[in-house]
Amino acid sequence: MRLLALGLILSLLASFVLAYEIEDQITYPAPSGETSVLRIISTADRPAFEPILTAFQAQNPGLTIHYTITGTSDVMQAIEAERAPFDLVISSAMDLQTKLANDGFAQPYRSAATDALPPWAKWRDQLFAFTMERAVLVLSTSDFPTLPATREGLIATLRNAPSQFRGRVGTYDIARSGFGYLMATQDSRHSDSFWRLAEVMGSLDARLYRSSGDMIRAVASGELALAYNVLGSYAATQISPSGDIRIVELSDHVNVMLRTALIPTWAQNPGSARAMIDFLTTLKTQPSITSASGLPPIDAGALSANPALRPVRLGPGLLVFLDRLKRDTFLRNWHSAVSRE
Amino acid sequence: MTGPVARGSIRRTLFLQLCAIAALLAVAFFFIVRSLAEGAAEQTQDDILAASATAIADSLRAEDGAVTLELPYSALSMLGTINEDRVFYRITVNGETLTGYDDLPLGDSAFATFNYRGDTVRRVQQSRVISTGGSAQQVTIAVAQTRRGMEAISGRITATATAVALAFFGVAAGLSLWAAHTALSPFQRMTQSVTRRGPTDLRPITSAMPQELVPLASAINGFMGRLGASLKRSEDFITEAAHRVRTPLATVRTQAEITHRKLQKPEHKQAIRSMIRAVDESSRSAGQMLDHAMVTLRTDSLDHAQLDLRDLVADTCERLAPTADLKDIRLTQSLPPGPVPYTGDRVLLQSALRNILDNAIKYSPADSTVSVDFAPGTPHRISFTDQGRGFNGTSLSDLTHRFSRGSNVDDIVGSGLGLTIADEVARAHGGALDISENTERTGACVSLLLA
Ligand SMILES: Nc1ncnc2c1ncn2[C@@H]1O[C@H](COP(=O)(O)OP(=O)(O)OP(=O)(O)O)[C@@H](O)[C@H]1O
Ligand SMILES: [Mg+2]
Repeated sequence: MRLLALGLILSLLASFVLAYEIEDQITYPAPSGETSVLRIISTADRPAFEPILTAFQAQNPGLTIHYTITGTSDVMQAIEAERAPFDLVISSAMDLQTKLANDGFAQPYRSAATDALPPWAKWRDQLFAFTMERAVLVLSTSDFPTLPATREGLIATLRNAPSQFRGRVGTYDIARSGFGYLMATQDSRHSDSFWRLAEVMGSLDARLYRSSGDMIRAVASGELALAYNVLGSYAATQISPSGDIRIVELSDHVNVMLRTALIPTWAQNPGSARAMIDFLTTLKTQPSITSASGLPPIDAGALSANPALRPVRLGPGLLVFLDRLKRDTFLRNWHSAVSRE
Repeated sequence: MTGPVARGSIRRTLFLQLCAIAALLAVAFFFIVRSLAEGAAEQTQDDILAASATAIADSLRAEDGAVTLELPYSALSMLGTINEDRVFYRITVNGETLTGYDDLPLGDSAFATFNYRGDTVRRVQQSRVISTGGSAQQVTIAVAQTRRGMEAISGRITATATAVALAFFGVAAGLSLWAAHTALSPFQRMTQSVTRRGPTDLRPITSAMPQELVPLASAINGFMGRLGASLKRSEDFITEAAHRVRTPLATVRTQAEITHRKLQKPEHKQAIRSMIRAVDESSRSAGQMLDHAMVTLRTDSLDHAQLDLRDLVADTCERLAPTADLKDIRLTQSLPPGPVPYTGDRVLLQSALRNILDNAIKYSPADSTVSVDFAPGTPHRISFTDQGRGFNGTSLSDLTHRFSRGSNVDDIVGSGLGLTIADEVARAHGGALDISENTERTGACVSLLLA
């Protein structure tokens, strides 16, 4: 009878845990005698994060790491709705991470490592950024003998040769991609040219994609002449610098997405989670790991070196674009510009 | 003589009172600054929240018969510019949540503070009426923010206010000490000027002083005036009394001697002789009493004059030399070669020396020697040694009492005040009178010791 009840509870729990979708779950067993377990839920895929995890584990040999990979909205579902038992939440969706911290799901943490972060790379001592990922243009030099420098320049080039570019301009489907939506909303904040660019892309029957990888492959195959707002760090790992495909950072402004980590208030192993945050925020000191993972670390000096860089500002402003009405309006305007249906 | 009893201190009282006032002011300052600063911080937060709510309200519009809203980016981002506080908002149309946190409590007042999602939040609330297709819709906009930033500001201000209040108190305490000191310095000056005066200086105090001290100085002046008058009266009285007694006695003595010479019968002559003796005794008593009274008066306010002790001794011997000569008594002096400087009252010392030497001569037989030895040092010892009858078993300690005479006096005239005077003078100068027998042969040795 007691066993039956236990089984019932377990199956209930299982069904509960499985309410968010999991893309992949990898366990890295402790190299020497497990003493503790760190459960991470993350949106970063395995090739990007495995070098980091194994390096961290080398420092903490008694630590077993369960690494769960899922999408940004599933992270939200797991943490906000289900309070799933994770010790660390890593996501590229800055807006959703901000909302989690704002709504009280994150616990604060301060250390020498987090104090060393520039102020724009953390929020409330609860949200810590550890990568700087730029949104870039990917284009083929055969279509662009001279590379566009600004959005205005890009608009002019596209307008001047509509037949050449028709159907050959790609960007994120921002209704389906959180990163695409974040970059589009930030673009709309920074310049008016964003909406004109959307109009131009709409007039050229722009094609919409769900991932950076698809867009880069389409440019590589010649299918696309241009992909707008591609994740720069990812593009850099995919494109050989010798080919005729170029990664271009526009000089009017470059949105910089920050991948962030937070510790849920209910973390069972906050000690290891904090150690992991210290490890992540000081990645710049470990070039071998960053080159293996391809994730560009936080570099305060980069901002002064390139004034066009605009890291997305953590804070309540990000909540604005999560507002249901705001999102609906923005998507409606964007669709009417880009899709022209 | 008993002096005044010190009970409490004006300086301490003044200092403590000023300190208490300073402490009170410092505490008041602390609370005022803190409440002002907290009020200002709260006002700032309220203003920003109200600006945010207004920005939201201004972007409300009617669309397709319904109220809709495009949340302005600045409405929430402005709340994130001054601090890292959590932000919540809620917009309702006719009580139905349009967007935002639908559990954020709404109330009647524009501003409210309450607990929400595990934190204290400040909430501002505004209402708008939007008309859509002819019907008016009641829209309520609420924006709330946690108060971590404000608490940090007020914490900083409290720390600063504490430091400033403490510093203020420290400076005020130092100044109080100084103020108490300067306020009392005229007292000190007056005390010094009164203490510095000589024993006979009873002039009124005339120096400039703060008006608060004038009554005290006038009182002292009045008192000194009365004291001076009273002293003068006593002196006058004693001189007058001695004169009044001695003059008629001298007349009586002269008349008695004349009568003595005329009388033939031995019993009559004897009667007159005892009468003359009584007259001598009375006259001597009057003189000694006058001296003693003078000594008593002067010892109360000793004159500290620079004098040469050797000179004083020699002078005394010289004055009494005629008396010694009358009895064929040799006065041998052994004095130090040079002057012996000493600080003391010349008149009193003279009186003491005279009385001791007078005794030595008076109680010695004719044709004997009185030796005066002055051994300077600490103390100076001035000894008068005679070859007279000595004290002859008389109790030595009683001889310095007033009117006490030894059993060895026979028919020698005296009042019993001579050694009393010498003893009092010695003690007034921090010395003593040493009375002993002559160690070599019968006779007395009386020494004046002066520190
Ligand atoms: N040199 C001395 N030799 C012997 N007896 C002395 C001598 N000096 C003092 N005395 C004794 O001490 C007593 C006190 O002396 P003191 O000088 O006080 O009194 P006095 O000599 O009797 O009277 P006066 O006051 O007139 O001097 C004397 O009566 C005497 O008995
Ligand atoms: Mg005598």
